[in-house]
Amino acid sequence: MTPGPVSAQRGGRPVVTFSAARLAFGDRVLWDGLDLAIEPGEFVAVLGPNGSGKTSFLRVLLGQYALRSGTVETTEAVGYIPQQHADDADPMAIRGRDLVGFGVDGNRWGLGLRGRARRRELVDRALDAVDARHYADAPLGVLSGGEQQRLRVAQAVVSEPDLLLCDEPLASLDPTNQHVVVDLIDRRRREAGTAVVFVTHEINPILPYVDRVLYLVGGRFRIGTPEQVMTTETLSELYGSDVEVLRVNGRLVVIGGEDAHHCVAPETPGSRPA
Amino acid sequence: MSATTTLAAERSFSDLWDFSTTADLLGYDFVQHALLAMALLGLVGGLLGPLIVARQMSFAVHGASELSVTGAAAALLAGFSVNLGGVIGAVVAAAVFGWMGNKARERDSVIGVVMAFGLGIGVLFLALYGRIGTGFALLTGQVVSVGVQGLVAIAITAAIVVAVLAVIYRPLLFASTDPRVAQARGVPVRTLSVVFAIVMGLACAQGVQIIGALLVMSLLITPGAAAARITANPVRALVLSVVFAEVAAIGGLLLSLAPKLPVSVFVTIISFVIYVACRIVGSRRVYRTR
Repeated sequence: MTPGPVSAQRGGRPVVTFSAARLAFGDRVLWDGLDLAIEPGEFVAVLGPNGSGKTSFLRVLLGQYALRSGTVETTEAVGYIPQQHADDADPMAIRGRDLVGFGVDGNRWGLGLRGRARRRELVDRALDAVDARHYADAPLGVLSGGEQQRLRVAQAVVSEPDLLLCDEPLASLDPTNQHVVVDLIDRRRREAGTAVVFVTHEINPILPYVDRVLYLVGGRFRIGTPEQVMTTETLSELYGSDVEVLRVNGRLVVIGGEDAHHCVAPETPGSRPA
Repeated sequence: MSATTTLAAERSFSDLWDFSTTADLLGYDFVQHALLAMALLGLVGGLLGPLIVARQMSFAVHGASELSVTGAAAALLAGFSVNLGGVIGAVVAAAVFGWMGNKARERDSVIGVVMAFGLGIGVLFLALYGRIGTGFALLTGQVVSVGVQGLVAIAITAAIVVAVLAVIYRPLLFASTDPRVAQARGVPVRTLSVVFAIVMGLACAQGVQIIGALLVMSLLITPGAAAARITANPVRALVLSVVFAEVAAIGGLLLSLAPKLPVSVFVTIISFVIYVACRIVGSRRVYRTR
């Protein structure tokens, strides 16, 4: 889709609005009765165990899945940051610079010869913003996971999105690179008022930035601030089993629940999930 | 028998340097047609190669080429145009492979299964037809007998390839090298996969007519694979791939004239030498990038 108006021009209207939304595949209901408005500049974390519909939530926002009932309205200007992993495609066939260039106009027909100068300028600026200029001409396949994810941020941001959809972009990165990537995403949010929807298994690296959490478990969900949702009471109710949430040195540790593995502190004895 | 063959081969290779014979032959219409046909096939193969390599469709090229032979054999038996039969066989096969998308692992075994069955059917058609000669020609090619009709067919194919790529190249490169984000950005990934496969099928069919099913890969894949070893810049890879393919196609034909050996022999040898050279150069380059 074409780069849309910058968020300032939206006049503070929500970038995403779900009303009584229901998503189901056959008899399996992923979520129902979802009312949610995401404001410009808001950082929403989407959490939940595998198969709870986190990725499907993103696919609805991308227009790839249709709701069973209810409505969803989203901005046209969407950037997408995927998980870093090897595609079935050849990572030696393009440079980092080409990946970012796809974000400018990769979805348009034609050869794009006329827009070359403008594309190059936009790409260079986006590369500078994520400090990736010095490795932008190397084949993608020789870059580290952290280097690739910085390019992914540049690729998503170069199209001036009002909404950034992040599908576990930190998975398989080390803590230092996780911090670098989250910081880049947050900087875009602060500077341009871009809303962020961040699907993740692990809330701790993004905890300082999160405004609201959408927590999905087996057809049920809770929406609220991390303080409201990430509590022993709320998660126990959501999972329908005993879940304990601890705060240790500013980190959240969830014990119990189907997906306990994602934030169990390794030193906690007897808490390994079955 | 084998002694005579060896002698013949020795004499042929010494004729390699018999440039006066080559020059004489270049005066003939059929040689000029062959030259033009090879140049057009080189252009087509060079343009498609980098995308075929990026999409990991080498085996699909082989599969489509073999099924082109099946289609041509069916046409031979049914009594209509062998070229058209070859086109239908290759395009149907390629479209199916393309519809299966970018998941190389799944596609791999299906191509093997379909190709084996298709070849079996092709052998049946040739057996029913009763003469095996034409079928064998489709495996090793017959560029010197390309004729005006064959030339028209490859020219139309080249025009289609250039026209289609001019429209879909940018989103196709996106979908080929970054499929998840391309899909998220609304690129019709599946449709592009089928369209590209059909175009590739057309190219395979003409490649089969000109250099044969067994050697199509030396013009459709090897030049693109060679270019990919020395650059990650997609535009540069495209240009290099076309240059490599033309050198192999035209050079192969010229070298084959005097010794009267099959064109395919020299096309594959030149193509392979270029590939090996690119690998050697490329391995140093990648090492430095790290």
